[in-house]
Amino acid sequence: MTVDNARTLRTPLARVRGLGSAHHGAGAWWTMRLTSLALVPLGAWFVVSVISLAGAPLSEVRAWLGSPIQATLLLLTLAVTFHHSHHGVQEIVEDYIHVKGVKMAVLIASGFVHVLLAALSLFSVLKIAFGG
Amino acid sequence: MTGTSKVQPTGPGVDRRPLSPHLSIYRLPLLALMSISHRITGASLVAGQLLLVWWLVAAATGAGAYDTFSGFVGSPIGLLVLFGWSAAFWYHLLNGVRHLMWDAGSGIDLQSAYSSAYGVIIATAAMTVLSWVAGLVVWF
Repeated sequence: MTVDNARTLRTPLARVRGLGSAHHGAGAWWTMRLTSLALVPLGAWFVVSVISLAGAPLSEVRAWLGSPIQATLLLLTLAVTFHHSHHGVQEIVEDYIHVKGVKMAVLIASGFVHVLLAALSLFSVLKIAFGG
Repeated sequence: MTGTSKVQPTGPGVDRRPLSPHLSIYRLPLLALMSISHRITGASLVAGQLLLVWWLVAAATGAGAYDTFSGFVGSPIGLLVLFGWSAAFWYHLLNGVRHLMWDAGSGIDLQSAYSSAYGVIIATAAMTVLSWVAGLVVWF
């Protein structure tokens, strides 16, 4: 692939090193706003629900988690929350960690942990919802 | 200070440039405190997700696991964590709405920023107290 160096301010060396914009910035920014917006009602619903379950025995909690509307809303809340959390951690890491290797390691670990926690919680809700 | 500056040494090796504010002695203005608090509460809520995952996994696992979870949440440390989580949650949600309004181009001037900051602080306190009053009423 040839690149017209007259049309860019970046040097060939900078391009080879992979520095500069990856052009994902606007997408990441929009994702953060969209998940924030969704989490305003979902988060408020979740807290009100948890309050209504304060001190409830396991049977009652499982019955609540098993109802289609609650289970669906909770699955959505969990998915959006972990997505938002993953992006939030990434923003913080990119702001404060500037050693490339460490930054990459933390970002990869954060991604793995977020996917693991999301899978655990989503599966748990589905298991209860499907009567397991 | 202008008088003393004349007698202080100058020349090579003596750095006389003004220093940027050091965080240890610089009192953050309210708007800066609101900003860093948003990040701190966000990071706390990331950790708080572990509690959420524990709750769901325990409920799906069985009575023994759920008793262990309930035992922790009902303990003094558990309640303290839960209280911190609730305050962080309401702050992050309410201040998040404040950020979304800015993103939509509204309330960016200094006076509005201060008004919304006080609004978020008061609403956070109100929602946290309300949540616990409601929770304790349901519990007992």
